[in-house]
Amino acid sequence: MLAFLQDYTIQTVAMGAALLGTISGVLGCFAVLRRQSLLGDTLSHAALPGICLGFLWAGARELEALLAGAFLTGAAAALLVLLIAARSRLKTDAALGIALSVFFAIGVVLLTRIQAGGGGGQAGLSTFLFGQAAAMLRADLWVMAAVTAVAILIVVLLWKEVKLVTFDPGFATAAGLPVVALEIALTVMIALAIVVGLQLVGVVLMTAMIVAPPVAARQWTRRLETMVLLSAGFGVAAGVTGAMISATARGLSTGPVIVLAISAIVLVSLLIAPGRGLIWTGLAALAERRRLRGRQVLLTLYRLAEEHRDPAYPAEKGTLDAYHRAATGPALARLEAEGLVRSVSHHPEPTPHWELTPEGHARAEDLAGRPERAK
Amino acid sequence: MIGALLDSIPFVIIATGALVGIAASLVGTFLVLRGSSMLSDAISHSIVFGIVVVWLFTGLTTGPLQIAGAAAAGLLTVVLTEALARTRLVRNDAAIGLVFPALFAAGVLLINLYGRDVHLDEHTVLLGEIGFVWLDTVDVAGQPVPRALLGVGALGLVNLGFVVLFYKELKLATFDPALATALGFAPAALFYALLALTSATAVASFDAVGAILFIAFVIVPPATAILLTDRLWLILVLACGVAILSAVAGYEAAVIWDVSIGGMMATMTGVWFALAFIFAPRHGLVARELARRRDRLDIDCRSLTAHLYNHEGGPEAEEENTARALRDHLRWEEGRTRRVILRALDRGFIARDGRLLCLTPKGRAEAHAIFEPWRRGMTAGEPPGPEKASG
Repeated sequence: MLAFLQDYTIQTVAMGAALLGTISGVLGCFAVLRRQSLLGDTLSHAALPGICLGFLWAGARELEALLAGAFLTGAAAALLVLLIAARSRLKTDAALGIALSVFFAIGVVLLTRIQAGGGGGQAGLSTFLFGQAAAMLRADLWVMAAVTAVAILIVVLLWKEVKLVTFDPGFATAAGLPVVALEIALTVMIALAIVVGLQLVGVVLMTAMIVAPPVAARQWTRRLETMVLLSAGFGVAAGVTGAMISATARGLSTGPVIVLAISAIVLVSLLIAPGRGLIWTGLAALAERRRLRGRQVLLTLYRLAEEHRDPAYPAEKGTLDAYHRAATGPALARLEAEGLVRSVSHHPEPTPHWELTPEGHARAEDLAGRPERAK
Repeated sequence: MIGALLDSIPFVIIATGALVGIAASLVGTFLVLRGSSMLSDAISHSIVFGIVVVWLFTGLTTGPLQIAGAAAAGLLTVVLTEALARTRLVRNDAAIGLVFPALFAAGVLLINLYGRDVHLDEHTVLLGEIGFVWLDTVDVAGQPVPRALLGVGALGLVNLGFVVLFYKELKLATFDPALATALGFAPAALFYALLALTSATAVASFDAVGAILFIAFVIVPPATAILLTDRLWLILVLACGVAILSAVAGYEAAVIWDVSIGGMMATMTGVWFALAFIFAPRHGLVARELARRRDRLDIDCRSLTAHLYNHEGGPEAEEENTARALRDHLRWEEGRTRRVILRALDRGFIARDGRLLCLTPKGRAEAHAIFEPWRRGMTAGEPPGPEKASG
């Protein structure tokens, strides 16, 4: 285990994955909160032509050139989406789809152009489709770290403004903030996160790294500060886990493993996040249904007793079941545990009967008389 | 004749590309109009999962079972997305972005694990290879027909039948889903059928153009057509036309530059879109800009008549009703003043009298309509009365 952690490649990959998790977790929060989740998808696909252009420009697989290219075409695609949505009758979703597919197609064309041109260096390019952690170099880490640092620095410096633009752009405009500039900055910065993730996750699945960590983090908190930190944490955890698995098992593309890891985190968060989680809300709904059913049964018993002018009127269980069109056994058992009803036998009938206890009668009277205070 | 055509490799490739485009545009038009374009993105990614699962169980990579499996995977994506959005823990767009990467990642990993040496590999899945479709043929009436051509051709016919048969319902459900529901149509069921057809078309097309380029054929030709016309049937026809043009031009360009044919065809759809976006007769950038300028000039003309009308016949008219006053009092710069005066002269609103600008009866009527719109239609040509607005 220790030897495993001391492996040079593994260390490199783990650090890269941690950087990726950090930047995509932080920037993704703003994308998701501003309902631009799918923009990440478009930007990451649009990075492909940039990678190819970077390669053609540098003449070799130089990371700086590739990432610069990816950033430029990603940003161009983002601006194109804004332009199409603002200046034509097409909606944002169509603009996203157009930019995504056409940029990717251009990327495919350039990729085949490079491959047709021959040369040794192009071999690494198609790993950008799905990511190949093992192909990462220690030197690449510095580039990724620098991009991450710039992005985090911008977010920290503009924290107040960014927060306001995210939650209330209308008020931000009224307050005199340069809202359009800030929105463009936030959008373009997503391209930065994608640039960092290209080597590990690849262009096709980067969208998951933008969307999933914030969604998971959102389940656990209502505060933006906490959400951003948690999101970065989830991103790091999924990135490192996925990269480790992919780097040690032969033949597994890194991107899909990381995506499945973060999807698992999302699933768990959706299920068990305190307060919001599906398990808790499901349990709360169940408890509420039971409480309601108990009150209904209690009131039925009460009405029967009123009807017969007998506070301890024994109602047959079959009658109650038929009345409620459901088995009332569990509800009766719970009421009995509360001491509100008791089981009696009503000679000569052999079937079980139930009657209200004095406490039950008082409670039911309370419910029937003052429904608004029913508790 | 048909045999000779099918023996020609360029024809087969172009025909396959064009049919992919037509089949995709027919369903894509309704997705784009409905605002669900990105669902085609999600579907085309997650059908990979369906294809791999069917392949794992049956060993088949093509055929009706594959198409059914992929259609199921596509629908699964949509159902999961909607279920996730309904929990209200996640917004709709984020739900799409969560579901399809997960399914796609699972599909790619299954290929990684079990599909090393077979026909399936992740690059084909992603990019397709339309250049090789003619290699894989089946005999139809003694004539070898490429399998991919047959597949997309069949799906194209199915889609065409669906659109023709349910044209009225689709139109209503797309533009007014509430009314469609109220009238007893089932827009939701129709929409699911549309998505199932989209998934099936995706898998039939996917040997040829791959999962991602398919998106270009679904979204871009309809989007181009929408910029060109307002008639639904014409949108469908134009979208198919754009798809065919893209297939032809894409093939030629790909051969010249020796690049991916599928990629070039998809790029071409983008070229047509760019042209339409800029030059479309009514909805293009240029047309919009021209219309905006024309509107602005017309509004300025109306302001000019109003200004002249206000000062007409008064002692200040000598000073106010001149080109200089427009510059100094209305703060119009030189060029704008000149354009407005020329336009107003053209339209017969004003006439020149030395330095003075005078209203013609027509111009006076225009100003009158601004200040006293309720008297529009009454005789308006006589000089303004004492009750006119001041200012």
